Amino acid sequence: MRRSVRSVTPRIFAALFVAFSAGPLYWALVASFTPEAAIFERPALVPSTLVLDHYRALFLERAFWMPIRNSLVVAGTTTLCSLALGGPCAYALARLSFRGRTTVLAAVLAVSMFPQISLVSPLFLLLRTVGLINTYPGLVLPYLTFAMPLTIWFLVGFFRQLPAELEEAALVDGASRWRAFREIVLPLSWPGIATTGLLTFLYSWNEFLFALSFTLGPERYTVPVAIALFRGQYQVPWGQVFAASIVATAPLAVLILIAQRRIVQGLTAGGVKG
Amino acid sequence: MAAVRLEHLRKVHANGHVAVADVSIDVAPGELLVLVGPSGSGKSSLLRLIAGLEDPTAGRVLIDEQDVTGWPPQDRDLAMVFQSYALYPHKTVRENLMFGLRMRRVPPSEIADRVQHTATALGIDKLLERKPAQLSGGERQRVALGRAVVRKPKAFLLDEPLSNLDPRLRAATRAELALLHRRLNATMIYVTHDQEEAMTLGSRVAVMRNGALEQIGAPMEVYQRPANTFVAEFVGTPAMNLLPSEAGIIMGIRPHDIEIVSTAEADERGGIEIVEPLGSTLLVHVKTDTRPHLVRVVVPADTVMAVGAMVGLRMRRDRLHRFDAATGRACA
Repeated sequence: MRRSVRSVTPRIFAALFVAFSAGPLYWALVASFTPEAAIFERPALVPSTLVLDHYRALFLERAFWMPIRNSLVVAGTTTLCSLALGGPCAYALARLSFRGRTTVLAAVLAVSMFPQISLVSPLFLLLRTVGLINTYPGLVLPYLTFAMPLTIWFLVGFFRQLPAELEEAALVDGASRWRAFREIVLPLSWPGIATTGLLTFLYSWNEFLFALSFTLGPERYTVPVAIALFRGQYQVPWGQVFAASIVATAPLAVLILIAQRRIVQGLTAGGVKG
Repeated sequence: MAAVRLEHLRKVHANGHVAVADVSIDVAPGELLVLVGPSGSGKSSLLRLIAGLEDPTAGRVLIDEQDVTGWPPQDRDLAMVFQSYALYPHKTVRENLMFGLRMRRVPPSEIADRVQHTATALGIDKLLERKPAQLSGGERQRVALGRAVVRKPKAFLLDEPLSNLDPRLRAATRAELALLHRRLNATMIYVTHDQEEAMTLGSRVAVMRNGALEQIGAPMEVYQRPANTFVAEFVGTPAMNLLPSEAGIIMGIRPHDIEIVSTAEADERGGIEIVEPLGSTLLVHVKTDTRPHLVRVVVPADTVMAVGAMVGLRMRRDRLHRFDAATGRACA
């Protein structure tokens, strides 16, 4: 009796947790297919009528492909840049011994501690001075301020966990540091790199404050900004907001589900010794 | 094959720990020098200094009379076999063997030939397309060895290459290593904590303790004329008896050099405390009237030894070692 209670209780909590976190997403999904007038009538778990109106409006009237393109460009570039720059940087911090290594690592962490809002005004002034307001670089560069520390901290963990003897074997075998990094370290740490890249992409994709502050028009709005600015003077087109949220979330959710196992491995890999 | 010379090598870590303290060794071309000592004796550190994986605090490393101190490992043309084997897990055995040759820009056709030749010689030619994870411990060890051999380096550095094998395989591989050394006629520097491995393999044995060289010489020379009490106890099993004696002298005698005799004709008398059968011999621990420590004696296995029995011990006079009690050094 006791045993069965014990085995059932965690399942109940798990079910509650899933309902709690997946519920709003499910509701958004249903609402995005429900006619505008019916959305706020008595909410039903199983919808009675499904229409594609909101999606049609989203892409035909609002040109929603534009913020999607902007988000892809900005988040993609940010991810590539922070991996390309942060990867070697993390390797150096993980493996080479040089003066002030811990200081650098602490500084990297400290940088990521600044509240984003405190960076908005100085960054705006800076970007305006160099003429990067309402441009892609004008978003990618500020995004790197949080993407780089994230990348570096994650990758330092991954690189540290690789046995140093592998690289030493490569060095004695005649490889340069850079060659050993490319041929031995990179192929072995790609799960970590993929995880880091995915997380960086997620953060950049969802980022709102910088995107709102440093863009001026729909031609550079990213997805979160575009959705937030859907609201008109007198009404909010909730159906379209839901449809847009689904369009913005679904691909990422699928990506995460596929990579889920890897990510869990990746997140715990740094801390647990194999 | 090349000569390797170490001149007053010293390595002090950032935390002040002295890993290697002033070690000078000349390794002749084609020699197999074994560095042996307990863990923490600095033997692996010394190997890493030679490989260039660490830079010495002071002193020089010379390969064929060329000063390579401060050179990165890739320019020294040495090969190293690691205790963990350090095979590249994402590469096949063939790619593992090829890696070092590719790095040195050996022409592809020659690479293929050399890999095939080495693999056949080491009996791993059937494993070339496998990944390290699909190999047994013994096979991995061979691949690690092959990766070094195929390079034809100036010298081989081996860091406890047998310690991850089970005892039977270890003995077999040890014999093969000796054969390999003779066949290649290569300079090898071999690190182990196992004094028996050191004795059987080495052209010369260098005994280390606390980062310093305690004695270097041919295996039998080190065994028969240990330079101090540390070497005396470390080399040879069962360990030498060190018996404090008159006037600041420690007498050393190996358990094989003590005979059990009737109490009448004995140098010393005592009761048997422990009898350990070693197979072909018995190791007998005797508690004498005068000494605080048990005296170890090795006798033939067919001797009747009963715990508690009183026996007499006779030391072979010509096999006595004398050490200064204050310094531990052997007296002339």
